[in-house]
Amino acid sequence: MMRRIYAGRPHTVVLRALYALKTSAWFVVVSGFFEPVFYLLAFGLGLGTLVGEVTGPLGRPVSYAAFLAPALLATSAMNGAIYDSTWNVFFKMRFARLYEGMIATSLGTLDIALGEILYALLRGLVYALAFLAVMVALGLVPSAWGILAVPASLLIAFGFSACGMALTSYMTTFQQMDWINFFMLPMFLFSATFYPITVYPEYIRWIIQAFPLWHGIELIRGLTLGQFDGSILRHVLYFAAMIAVGLAATTRRLTNLFMK
Amino acid sequence: MSDAISVHAGASAYFGRRRSARSMAYGTWYVTEHRLRTMRAYLGSIIAGSVFNPVLYLFALGVGIGSYIDSNAGAPGIGGVGYLVFVGPALLVSAALTVAFEECSYPVMGGFKWTREFWAMNATPIDARQVVNGVLLAAGFRIVFTVAVFWCCLAAFGASPSGYGFLAMPAAVLSGLAFGSVIMAVAANLEEDDGWFPIINRLIITPMFLFSGTFFPLEGLPIWLRWLGWISPLWHGTQLGRAAAYGMSEPVWLTLVHVAYIAGMLGVGLGLSWRSFRRRLSK
Amino acid sequence: MDNPNGIMIKARGLTKDFGEVRAVDSVDFEVRKGEAFGLLGPNGAGKSTTMRMIASVSRRTGGELSILGLDPNEHGPDIRGHLGVVPQQDNLDVEIRVRDNLVVYGRYFGLPMKFLGPKADELIEFVQLTEKAKAKVDTLSGGMKRRLTIARALINEPDILLLDEPTTGLDPQARHILWDRLFRLKEAGVTLVITTHYMDEAEQLCDRLIVMDKGKIMAEGTPARLIREYSSREVVELRFGSDRNAVLAGQLAGFGDRIEVLPDRILIYTDTGEEDLARIVERGLRPLTSLVRRSSLEDVFLRLTGRSLIE
Repeated sequence: MMRRIYAGRPHTVVLRALYALKTSAWFVVVSGFFEPVFYLLAFGLGLGTLVGEVTGPLGRPVSYAAFLAPALLATSAMNGAIYDSTWNVFFKMRFARLYEGMIATSLGTLDIALGEILYALLRGLVYALAFLAVMVALGLVPSAWGILAVPASLLIAFGFSACGMALTSYMTTFQQMDWINFFMLPMFLFSATFYPITVYPEYIRWIIQAFPLWHGIELIRGLTLGQFDGSILRHVLYFAAMIAVGLAATTRRLTNLFMK
Repeated sequence: MSDAISVHAGASAYFGRRRSARSMAYGTWYVTEHRLRTMRAYLGSIIAGSVFNPVLYLFALGVGIGSYIDSNAGAPGIGGVGYLVFVGPALLVSAALTVAFEECSYPVMGGFKWTREFWAMNATPIDARQVVNGVLLAAGFRIVFTVAVFWCCLAAFGASPSGYGFLAMPAAVLSGLAFGSVIMAVAANLEEDDGWFPIINRLIITPMFLFSGTFFPLEGLPIWLRWLGWISPLWHGTQLGRAAAYGMSEPVWLTLVHVAYIAGMLGVGLGLSWRSFRRRLSK
Repeated sequence: MDNPNGIMIKARGLTKDFGEVRAVDSVDFEVRKGEAFGLLGPNGAGKSTTMRMIASVSRRTGGELSILGLDPNEHGPDIRGHLGVVPQQDNLDVEIRVRDNLVVYGRYFGLPMKFLGPKADELIEFVQLTEKAKAKVDTLSGGMKRRLTIARALINEPDILLLDEPTTGLDPQARHILWDRLFRLKEAGVTLVITTHYMDEAEQLCDRLIVMDKGKIMAEGTPARLIREYSSREVVELRFGSDRNAVLAGQLAGFGDRIEVLPDRILIYTDTGEEDLARIVERGLRPLTSLVRRSSLEDVFLRLTGRSLIE
């Protein structure tokens, strides 16, 4: 079974993406870095003067900017991963017929899925490092644990990519793709991004805690603020599960789609 | 399927003396009609987007973050009103601008480059100016719909206390049209899709959304950054909306500047779009 | 992995169902080394499905299939390493440049860069795209894209080249350039499998072909033998105007071996075309246009199925 779907060459799919990057304008790639920085400046610093301090993960007060910044890092990891694994993959699958060409070689479907995700992670790594540098420069990373926010944001991106690709493989029209946004926006707005979820009644908190972005934000916030306990493992496990389920579903689905 | 084809069934009877008469009179509307029909394909997400997004933003930013602000810095920082009331008009105008961008960016570039529908229109007696006006008018319909829905949400959340609050709607619609006309002029000049719209989105729309006195007063920015708001249609529209929604006090001349700026932007945007469409279509 | 007896592809009772629909219905054929083998038939005949099974990306529903002596159900990736595939619709990578398309594709097969560089240059030259090597794919014309797709399919030096409708949608000049390149490949000993619904293409390129319709094989042989067997030497084509063809057909009884009445014209199958035409005109029948031509595979297909290839 494994031989049918995996030729051990996902790196060739990454290579292809790097060639594609060569032809795209550099400023498009660079501009991706600015979005979270603008949010940080506007909300963290601008709005921060109105908000004052908020309660951190372990109940200690932290400045609003230090509270918000890790949430933006997690969100940008999610957004990058979702964009790459949904819109990009959808285009390549339905319009460019790219995977059809790949599958005609000795590549398997798992090579393709893994390769696309690896490339998305590579890009995510660059953005995460840049954003973390901005955070450090603004004095928003009081703890040395903060450096672990980089692998953590890769973990988040991996989880979202794997599941995003699985979802995309079921989509057939652009209109359906729009619905992904209807799912992303509330997650972005309500997952303890802008303020602690303690403002909500208990049952809403339970709902929020079921969604992945909340786990991602709590994970990174705990690390950059250096305020975490053993429960942080739960967040890691949540994403490990997303990765496993997403990869299995994607591979299965690609195999059905292109090898029917 | 019938093999027969009639080429003299009487279409001539519908034309006047000149075959172009109707197109010259109603061309703009025909273009609008075409665009509205296209929108039907994604009607579901248009409606959901108009209802769902405003409620979410109002709830998350107005109510959620507002509860922190109102209990902390409190009303003085934002002109003596609750945060939800302060941010409401800004979200209303930015929703209008978002729709304007959606309708005037990719669809306009695509109308030249992918579907080539503008050339098809121009192959009939319809001229470049009518195409521009028709596309903008169609965007206007969507903007009006979105703004109306959003405003009702605002009112339901108690975010539009003034009796003149409804005047925020025309302010938002006009801001949207002004912004859309400029975006259309840009889109008509893009012959290659080199990722310009993501760039515009990230480097112009997002900063505009964040730094136009939207979430905190423009005075919260250092003086050397306030020009970001002054040039932004979002700021001018939002200030008008605030004046309507809760009677935000500002000098009369400044209110007139807001109106003039938005009207001027619409005029310039339309003029540039007419020129760009004419040049592109006659190429 | 060369087969000693030179059988590259062997199908026995090969069948493919999509749900209730039987796309390929128990077909038998063999393709030998160095041969140009054609699958001729109209749209929906099952050619492309057969092709995808040979390409080892579509699993058969029933029967046997062996490619280079291997079962594609078991050894898909191994077999695909020996194939070059030119799909019906170009699926070139539009995000990367012309030459990079070849290099990157070669990497998918696991080939090293030091091999791929010179190979890509050689192939670019072979398909006459040297000037376009650094261009973006979407600046190429339809014919150039097809040639690039063929170059890409050759990057792994395949034992079998699969071409699905290689010239559909191309203008006549681009078709001739493409045919010339395919001829050279054939001369170089590459085994070609070609699907087409163009008879001229099948006649020009194929040593041997099967005619397919509705998932079944209707006939098999060399183009010349099929024409000899299922058609006459010549065909007279007459057009009387769209509403008169059927009416006048009755008056043509007795001419040729067989008469076919199509919506736009009448075909008379005969060995003596010019003489028959002269006698028809003598009778006072005045066609709007008339033409005497050699029989083609189109006529074979019409005879076998009662339908035209291009509908």
